[in-house]
Amino acid sequence: MAFVTNPLDNHDHGHDHGPAKGWTRWIITTNHKDIGTLYLFFALAMLFVGGSFALTIRSELFQPGLQFVDPEFFNSMTTMHALIMVFGAVMPAFVGFANWMIPMMIGAPDMALPRMNNMSFWVLVFAGILLLSTLFMEGGAPAAGWTLYPPLSIQAAHNIPFVVFSVHLLGVSSIMGSINIIVTILNMRAPGMTLMKMPLFVWTWLITAFLLIFALPVFAAAVTMLLTDAHFGTSFFNAAGGGDPVLYQHLFWFFGHPEVYIIVLPAFGLVSTIVPTFSRKPLFGYTSMVYATGSIAFLSMIVWAHHQFTVGMPLIAELYFIYATCLIAVPTAVKIFNWIATMWQGSITLETPMLFSLGFIFAFTIGGFTGLMLAMAPADFQYHDSYFVVAHFHYTLVVGGTFPVFAAAYYWLPKWTGYMYDEKLAKMHFWLSFMGFNLTFMPQHFLGLAGMPRRIPDYAIQFADFNMMSSIGAFILGFSQLIFVYTIIKCIRGGEPASDEVWEGAQNMGLEWHLPSPPPYHTFETPPDPQLIDRVTTVEVTME
Amino acid sequence: MNTLRQLIAGLILSSLGTVVHADYKLNMPVGVTELSRETYDLHMLVIYICAGIGLIVFGAMFYSIYAFRQSKHPFPNNFHENAKLEILWSIIPFIILIIMVYPATELTIKHYDTKDADMTIKVTGYQWRWRYDYVDEGFGFMSSLTAESNAARQMDSGINPQRVQNYLQDVDYPLVIPVDTKVRFLMTSADVLHAWWVPDFGWKRDAIPGFITDAWAKVDKIGIYRGACAELCGRDHGFMPVVVDVRSKEDYESWLAEKKAVLEEENAKSDRTWSKNELMVKGEDVYLTSCAGCHQPNGEGIKGSFPSIKGSDIATGDLDEHIELVLEGQGMMSGFAESLSPVELAAAITYQRNAFDNDTGDIVQPTTIKDWLDDLGY
Ligand SMILES: [Cu+2]
Repeated sequence: MAFVTNPLDNHDHGHDHGPAKGWTRWIITTNHKDIGTLYLFFALAMLFVGGSFALTIRSELFQPGLQFVDPEFFNSMTTMHALIMVFGAVMPAFVGFANWMIPMMIGAPDMALPRMNNMSFWVLVFAGILLLSTLFMEGGAPAAGWTLYPPLSIQAAHNIPFVVFSVHLLGVSSIMGSINIIVTILNMRAPGMTLMKMPLFVWTWLITAFLLIFALPVFAAAVTMLLTDAHFGTSFFNAAGGGDPVLYQHLFWFFGHPEVYIIVLPAFGLVSTIVPTFSRKPLFGYTSMVYATGSIAFLSMIVWAHHQFTVGMPLIAELYFIYATCLIAVPTAVKIFNWIATMWQGSITLETPMLFSLGFIFAFTIGGFTGLMLAMAPADFQYHDSYFVVAHFHYTLVVGGTFPVFAAAYYWLPKWTGYMYDEKLAKMHFWLSFMGFNLTFMPQHFLGLAGMPRRIPDYAIQFADFNMMSSIGAFILGFSQLIFVYTIIKCIRGGEPASDEVWEGAQNMGLEWHLPSPPPYHTFETPPDPQLIDRVTTVEVTME
Repeated sequence: MNTLRQLIAGLILSSLGTVVHADYKLNMPVGVTELSRETYDLHMLVIYICAGIGLIVFGAMFYSIYAFRQSKHPFPNNFHENAKLEILWSIIPFIILIIMVYPATELTIKHYDTKDADMTIKVTGYQWRWRYDYVDEGFGFMSSLTAESNAARQMDSGINPQRVQNYLQDVDYPLVIPVDTKVRFLMTSADVLHAWWVPDFGWKRDAIPGFITDAWAKVDKIGIYRGACAELCGRDHGFMPVVVDVRSKEDYESWLAEKKAVLEEENAKSDRTWSKNELMVKGEDVYLTSCAGCHQPNGEGIKGSFPSIKGSDIATGDLDEHIELVLEGQGMMSGFAESLSPVELAAAITYQRNAFDNDTGDIVQPTTIKDWLDDLGY
């Protein structure tokens, strides 16, 4: 059975060896494809949970005055929306793709640590349930923002233990997942798959996994200090006891800024995989892409306090964080230029995966511009904690966390299910999402510049019209995701059979396109032919 | 009906992208201080640079999509590397960054230069109002959302916010400062983090409990400037506006004299005996601005978050315990000893003990509160 699978020893497994029968398959499975599917469906479910919180927020903000929710519940909604989206939807989605695709991309039979893989998924589920359970507690869910800044966060002492333990569990789950990914990539590549031949998605995940292991323990430590401040009489963050509330902010953002790139780097990897396929041209500047990813990861660890320009840091610190932050623009710009150079003189078609990738490049570039504006500390004194910031990070994180995920889902769905998805519906999903997204978040730039603070349930009259636009956009964005769900279900149930290659010319782009569609339960039990690896990874391919 | 009209307006707006609302602002205000103008200039500089880069990047992207579509360009050119190009487009962004960072550095230094101020205002954040102390003059006062806005913003208030003047942007007592005077602001907080923000001054600064942050403004135009708390500070974070009334130097001086006279009068009032009726009338006022935010106008609190005053053990129990709790605070409620006057405290406590069917009949005199404050060392 799957439990005794040693991924390195495949002699006693026949190709007909399939999944366990019955529903328990999904609980005990150690198969990377099954666990990938579990992660992806969990992420999809959480996308709707977090999305419903967002729509609660946008309903309340539809017009001035309080119509639907109490301000405290509103604050819980903004807090839970962020926590669920970041830790429940976006991060697990990328882990899902890592599980499905990394073994298939590097010619490995499975992940290196399959039982740990199963455990990291189920720990994540329990962490999510623990976090969501606070919604049903007397006194409510955490309402101090996802940053959980003290002293406000520990004023609601009743929910702190639940939040802290769910953060611990999320951390355990992510660190186990990261170790698994690192070990798989470093030890299980098929002969001939050298590091500098790996698909960029594998590279970005390798670097992301190190970032996770680096950053998450700091977050776990910071929230543990919150717990002891709230319940055991310590004063880490309490000035009256000799502590400092700003210390928490430093610790949080020491994790929080790398976290941004933990989300966005795998997204870069997906886009770097998809754009070449639909441009029918190898990725431009593979080597510089790898180095750019590494530099972004490194720089992301030394810029954290640009989230705290208004806390009154010493002048010299303020200046340092301006300069360091600006540096990140360089490798990020290199990435964007490389994607466009990949398209240059290609032979481009606009299937849905490409549309979502282009939507990502477009909106992420805008998010990058506003990020550059925010890096200018004196201007940030105006932007900080206004809706301008909300617009900025949604342009980077919504677009970074979902568009590449949708792109990748459509890209590999035919491979996974063996059927083509409904291209018409998928395109509709893209256009509605893209327009809904811009309609929601573009006006928020103007709101912020005009002086609307973030995290408020009600606002002055001059902000009314843009808020209404934004709310309309949010509902379009939210409900168009139902098309996504329908398209997935439709594709799983059947449709036009997909070829092994699926996309024209894709067999030059990666190992996975040489497997049958759908792939058998176990793949690459014998490593792929090194010549095949050369063909799909060497950029010197010729395409007629 | 009104909602429908707004909805239609919103839909038209979103489809046409036109601007119909008279008060519309799309951009950062230029503001009324040197700092705000230079901040605006930096903001615009970065926008123009980004727009230029955007034009090139998006231009190349859309050109590729158009010119290299498969139907028009069926045979891809297989290039995938160009060291010169890659070095070039790493260096160019670097140079552009230096162009932006230079003015940013100068302006940051200017923002931090709080030296040689003509006067100092200490700003203290409270959940959920501001206190302004005129450090050189030795007095201060609280500044809370006006009762009109506060009534309208309650759920199902039945009041249309559009009808309320300066909805959520007006306070009972604005901060008054003179024009053309360098004012140094010292920010701190009595409970959680807040941030004091007036967009027209060009900055916001966090108010951190136990620490002091500073900033400055030299306003060169008389007028009323509105802002808000910008750091999430709990339930009523959205309801603690900042209003600054900038007056001519003469008007400021006469305001100052008047304010001092009023304070003296208040002080005298606290030495006489008040009737129960007087205390209850004053107390209702104080309760609504200082207590109702949490304990609710009907005194019933919010289950799980804010305890009820109606029928509570404290408001109907031992009087001394009640006074001490209000003065010193407890748990997430900070004490009111410093933020309310003896008259206000006496009135609020009397009100709490007799309103909401509490009917204890207890009366607290301002002189009693003064004795308490002396004993507690305020
Ligand atoms: Cu506040």
